[in-house]
Amino acid sequence: MRAFTALDGLVAPLDRANVDTDAIIPKQFLKSIKRSGFGPNAFDEWRYLDHGEPGMDNSKRPLNPDFVLNQPRYQGAAILLTRDNFGCGSSREHAPWALEDYGFRALVGTSFADIFYNNSFKNGLLPIKLPAAEIDELFAQVAITPGYRLRIDLAAQTVTRPDGKMLSFDIDPFRKECLLNGWDDIGLTLRHADAIREFEAKRRIEQPWLFN
Amino acid sequence: MPQTLYDKLWQSHVVRTEADGTALLYIDRHLVHEVTSPQAFEGLKLAGRKPWRISSIVATADHNTPTDHWERGIEDPVSRQQVETLDANIREVGALAYFPFKDARQGIVHVVGPENGATLPGMTVVCGDSHTSTHGAFACLAHGIGTSEVEHVMATQCLLQKKMKSMLVRVEGKVGAGVTAKDIVLAIIGKIGTAGGTGYAIEFGGSAIRALSMEGRMTVCNMAIEAGARVGFVAVDDTTIAYLKDRPFSPKGEVWDRAVAYWRTLVSDADAAFDAVIDLDASQIKPQVTWGTSPEMVVAIDGQVPAPEDFADPVKREGVERALQYMGLTPRTPIKHIRVDQVFIGSCTNSRIEDLREAASIAKGRQKASNVRRVLVVPGSGLVKKQAEAEGLDKVFVAAGFEWREPGCSMCLAMNADRLEPGERCASTSNRNFEGRQGNGGRTHLVSPAMAAAAAIAGHFADVRDIL
Repeated sequence: MRAFTALDGLVAPLDRANVDTDAIIPKQFLKSIKRSGFGPNAFDEWRYLDHGEPGMDNSKRPLNPDFVLNQPRYQGAAILLTRDNFGCGSSREHAPWALEDYGFRALVGTSFADIFYNNSFKNGLLPIKLPAAEIDELFAQVAITPGYRLRIDLAAQTVTRPDGKMLSFDIDPFRKECLLNGWDDIGLTLRHADAIREFEAKRRIEQPWLFN
Repeated sequence: MPQTLYDKLWQSHVVRTEADGTALLYIDRHLVHEVTSPQAFEGLKLAGRKPWRISSIVATADHNTPTDHWERGIEDPVSRQQVETLDANIREVGALAYFPFKDARQGIVHVVGPENGATLPGMTVVCGDSHTSTHGAFACLAHGIGTSEVEHVMATQCLLQKKMKSMLVRVEGKVGAGVTAKDIVLAIIGKIGTAGGTGYAIEFGGSAIRALSMEGRMTVCNMAIEAGARVGFVAVDDTTIAYLKDRPFSPKGEVWDRAVAYWRTLVSDADAAFDAVIDLDASQIKPQVTWGTSPEMVVAIDGQVPAPEDFADPVKREGVERALQYMGLTPRTPIKHIRVDQVFIGSCTNSRIEDLREAASIAKGRQKASNVRRVLVVPGSGLVKKQAEAEGLDKVFVAAGFEWREPGCSMCLAMNADRLEPGERCASTSNRNFEGRQGNGGRTHLVSPAMAAAAAIAGHFADVRDIL
């Protein structure tokens, strides 16, 4: 997994609640058997004026000028500012794959859907939860400040605004450690292979019907 | 100390725990389908790893499979490649059971698992699909995972998890005639919202839940995720055990008796404490219809489309405005005045035999309205299809002008050819009414199978209680 330590990035605001994973990456792109190349189809239905299908040359498709990520000032954004319940709906990991491939490294919002939140960490994409009042202020500042950037320090668990105000966020220590080091979860778990085998052997005796 | 069912399910699967409470949880059943598994199989292969326990895997192809003209195979080459990739992966790796495209027992993964007895009480069940919560109906700890976690479970038979908070949703009393499990769960989502269950494992309890069949309980648990909870479950009782008896993968003989004795313990202790408790009065629940683009945007059939000014929160108000625009609806329109273009009866929420019986009871002797372009009835599996045909339900549907199809996920998410045209409006028994979910520009209203059939007959939403 790609490590995440610190980031100084341009912020793009997506000011709507309940952004679902169908919106982040529509189902027709889930037919791919690869885990890369989803970025050009992130937010496909909002981003383009035509209907997208796999295999199209996305550089030739008409962009929706009203969609926030198409505005010139947000090109190259690495931080997406979001609202409540971002990433709700399907468990498709294609959603964080698409966001990461688009160029986002961090998401800052009030709340994230559980499965999406979990999937993001597996891809070096850091979802940061902040109180609603702080998120409201960030949206207000971004709106009036072209080139608005935030500095994120995962080790210190802080987000620093351009005016110097520092916001703190919570994160599980275990997730933080894995992300800071870019550890591979599977490799980490397999260090406990003996414990798993022991657990399994006991279970096989106690509940044999689970092992037919 | 008294324990909740969640405490028991959790504790019985912990292999080890990190200092911050992150646990390594043992996984009993791994359900696999074609959409979220190819990258996991590839990752496994690239790392030179083997699956930990093949006998935990039950696989089927469901999202991409067509629901008609099976003799033509899968015509979309990209869909076909994904299904063929699953075929090849399972051939190479192995599984307890695989129900490929066209197999007599193929179907939606969340229908196939339970009906084959591959979902048993007390199991941890995972699948790269958010509606894995369905299996919680059997007192399982069941939830959707991403593809990285699919690979993790294949390689280690475990998941890294943090214990969630516990919520009891208690539905007491008796629902009226024509009110179904789907209406109960939509009413719950309407009450707590689509993020109401975020961070919680929900136990559904109360006399109205106890009174449901296993099919009904699966419908309720299926949509726990639409309430924000990855996990939803119901305690074991006689209904659970009766359903499981003599299923292909259910234990037999002396082992069955041992299993049942254990399963009987899978209930919350009388004095167990929950982090949150939500109460609903079943007698007050009416048939539900969603009007917007989030499952929480739901009202009763005798209600009307709300107006943005009904909502104080500005973010919510804007969401309502956007939803009304997308749905092409005017505030204060009575729900019964909304006309539909298509009707979809199917999905992992409502494609089991009881759902089809419910829809057929409304369709029987009646005709689809002329303004309804198409009514799709898609059974959840080959076995459901066979059972429905044995009961003559297919003939009822066809006589009413409905189309009787082959099993699969179909127009719930429109990955195959079944979809809405832009601007088309659909009464759907599925679980998500998101923008574009059933086809680019399509407009979805979530309802029960009976209400979907009633809309097909009337040509607009109608109160099934007036038809019974």
